Amino acid sequence: MLRVRDLKTYFVTEHGRGTARAVDEVSFDLYPGETLGIVGESGCGKTVTSLSILRLVPEPPGHILPGSLIEFEGRNLLALPAPELRAVRGNQIAMIFQEPMTSLNPVFTVGDQIGEAAIIHQHLSRKAARARAIEMLKLVGIADPEERVDDYPHQLSGGMRQRVMIAMALVCHPKVLIADEPTTALDVTIQAQILELLDRLQQELGMAVLLITHDLGLVAGHADRVVVMYAGRVVETAETTELFDRPTHPYTEGLLAAVPRIDAPLARLHAIPGQVPAATAWPAGCRFHPRCPYAWDKCIAQEPPLLETGVTGHAARCWLVTEPERRQAKR
Amino acid sequence: MSAPRPAGQPLVEVRDLVKHYAAERGWFGLGRPRPPVRAVDGVSFAIGGGSTLGLVGESGSGKTTVGRTMLRLQEATSGRVFFEGSDVFALDSGRLRALRRRMQIVFQDPYSSLNPRMTVGETLREPLKIHHLSGEVSSLLEEVGLDPAFAKRYPHELSGGQRQRVGIARALSVEPRFVVCDEPVSALDVSVQAQVLNLLADLQSRRRLTYLFIAHDLAVVRHIADTVAVMYLGKIVERAPAAEIYALPRHPYTRALLSAVPEPDPRATKRRIVLSGDIPSPAHPPPGCPFHPRCPHPKKSERCRTEVPPLREVPPQSGHLAACHYAEQPM
Repeated sequence: MLRVRDLKTYFVTEHGRGTARAVDEVSFDLYPGETLGIVGESGCGKTVTSLSILRLVPEPPGHILPGSLIEFEGRNLLALPAPELRAVRGNQIAMIFQEPMTSLNPVFTVGDQIGEAAIIHQHLSRKAARARAIEMLKLVGIADPEERVDDYPHQLSGGMRQRVMIAMALVCHPKVLIADEPTTALDVTIQAQILELLDRLQQELGMAVLLITHDLGLVAGHADRVVVMYAGRVVETAETTELFDRPTHPYTEGLLAAVPRIDAPLARLHAIPGQVPAATAWPAGCRFHPRCPYAWDKCIAQEPPLLETGVTGHAARCWLVTEPERRQAKR
Repeated sequence: MSAPRPAGQPLVEVRDLVKHYAAERGWFGLGRPRPPVRAVDGVSFAIGGGSTLGLVGESGSGKTTVGRTMLRLQEATSGRVFFEGSDVFALDSGRLRALRRRMQIVFQDPYSSLNPRMTVGETLREPLKIHHLSGEVSSLLEEVGLDPAFAKRYPHELSGGQRQRVGIARALSVEPRFVVCDEPVSALDVSVQAQVLNLLADLQSRRRLTYLFIAHDLAVVRHIADTVAVMYLGKIVERAPAAEIYALPRHPYTRALLSAVPEPDPRATKRRIVLSGDIPSPAHPPPGCPFHPRCPHPKKSERCRTEVPPLREVPPQSGHLAACHYAEQPM
C-alpha cells in the first residue's frame, strides 16, 4: 500500500555546523489494513520519516534527497506536482499529531475544522459538511455532538481535543493513517480510551495505520509489525511477537530491558550507557557501537546492512547475526 | 545538625494539607465569584527516614501542589507539615532558609529550571555560597555520573539526561535529608530514564536520602518507592506498601490505572479497564466519592454519589488504606 525506499531527509543546520542526516536510507512497507509500529527515542528520525511521507518537512532547512522513493498506489509522492499531492494529503493519507492544541486552529469551531477537508476533497456543501462533522464526532465517541460541533478547541479537554484530531483525520475515510505519538501528551486513563478508539476505527474502516511512538508498550499491544529506528537508520524489523520474543539488535534488546514494568520481578533497571549521538556526527561504522556491550573492531570499521535472521520478515542491522557466538560469550 | 532519629520515626509528616486557589471573577472582577479550585483537599501521610513515598496521579490530581506546598514554594491554605519534628509552616524566613538546605526539589523539566546564562559550575556553586558550604563542584558532578569538565558548559550544550543530572547535583549540593522529585524522569527517553532512576536509587542508599517521588507513571514508581499513594482530584484514594498495592489494588481507580499501563509484552492478556469520561475539574468536584462518575465498580451505589468515602484501613493487611465504600469487594 505504501512503499518507502531509501528515504533520506537531511537538514542544513544553522551556523554552518554541518548537515544533520536525520533520516538516512530508511525503507519499509505498509500493507493494507495492518498497523506498522515505528519505534525509537528522540532524535532517531521517526517523526521526520512520517513528515517526509506527506512532504511536510519544511524546506529549507530540510530536504529530501534524490533517489528517495515514497510510493503510494503506484505513484511516487515525492515526484507528484503540488495539486496532485494535495489531493492525497488529508484525503487518502491522513495524519494525527502528538499535541492536539497546537494542531487545531484556535479561532475556528471544531465543526469547521472537521468539515474543511470534506469540503475541499469531497466537495460537500457547508451544510453537508456540518452534518458530516457531527457524524464524525459521534464516531469518535464525543457526547452531545450536536452541541460540541460549535465549540472552540479551548473549550475541550485534552482527550476530547485528540478525539477531534482523529475525527479531522478520518473525515475523508483515508486508506492510510499516520499517527505520530497520538497519546503521548495524554493521561494514562485517557490514553487507554484513545487507543481503544483507534483500534475500533481501524477495524470498522479497514485502514492501514503507521503508529509512530517511543513507547514499546504501545507497539506490543497495537502493532502487527515493528520497525525500530536508531540514529536515522532502521536497525531492526520483525513481526511484533517475534521482535519481543527474540530482540536481535543490541539496541532493541537494551531498550526492552530499560522499560519499567509492573508485571515482571522487581530488579534494577537496565540502562543503555551514554546517549544518542548528534545527527550531524553519527559515529563511523555501526552507529550504535559506542553504546553497544558487544561491539568489536568490525563494528567500528564497517556498518552492517540489515541482515536476515532466518525468521521470515525479521532482519537486524548487526554483525551479531553473522557471529551469534559473540552474544553468548558476553552473557 | 540534629540527632539521628530512631528508626521507624517519620522524617516528614503531612497532616490534612489543603491548597485552594481562589478563582478570579469573570467580567473583569465584576462577575459572580466562582468556586475555588480545590487542588489539594485534605492530604495526610508520613515518610520514614531513608525511604521513598511514590505519589501518583494524573494531571489535575494535585500531586505537584503537594510537593510544592511542603517546601513552602507555595503557601498552603491549611494543614501542617513536620520535618524532623519542626513545624514547617510556622517558621520565620530565617529559619525557613536554614530548613531549605535540608529539603530540596528536583524538577521535571531540567531545561526551564536551569539558568541558561550560567555555566553548570556557576549553577552548582551558587547554593554552596548562599549556605556557606565547602562542597566541591567536581566531586558533585562525579557523584551524578558527569565528567568534571561539564562545569564549564552551559545548559543548552547538554542532553536532557545530562541536564537532569545537573538538576540532581544542584539539589544535593546543600546536603539535604529530604528531596522532592517532581516527575524527574517524565521528559526523558526510556534508556536515559533508566539511568536517572538508577542514579536516584544509588544516591538514596549512599546518602540515606528520603524521597517524595511524584509521577504519573505507576511502572516508574514501582522501581523506586517503598510506599505508594494514589491521588485523584486532590485526595489520596489509596495508600499502601508498594508490593501490596501492585499485587492487590483496592481502589477501582488504582486498578484502572494499573490496567491502563501498556506492557511491552504482545502476549499480555490483561483485562483492560477503560474508564469512560474525563477527569472532572477540581473547581467542580463531584459530590460523594470524587471518582463515582467514572467508577466501573459493579457495586457502585447511591451511597457513592452522596457520601464521601474516608481513607480507611482495608483488611487483612495493616497499613493498606483505600477510600472506597466497596474496597473489600472484588471487581
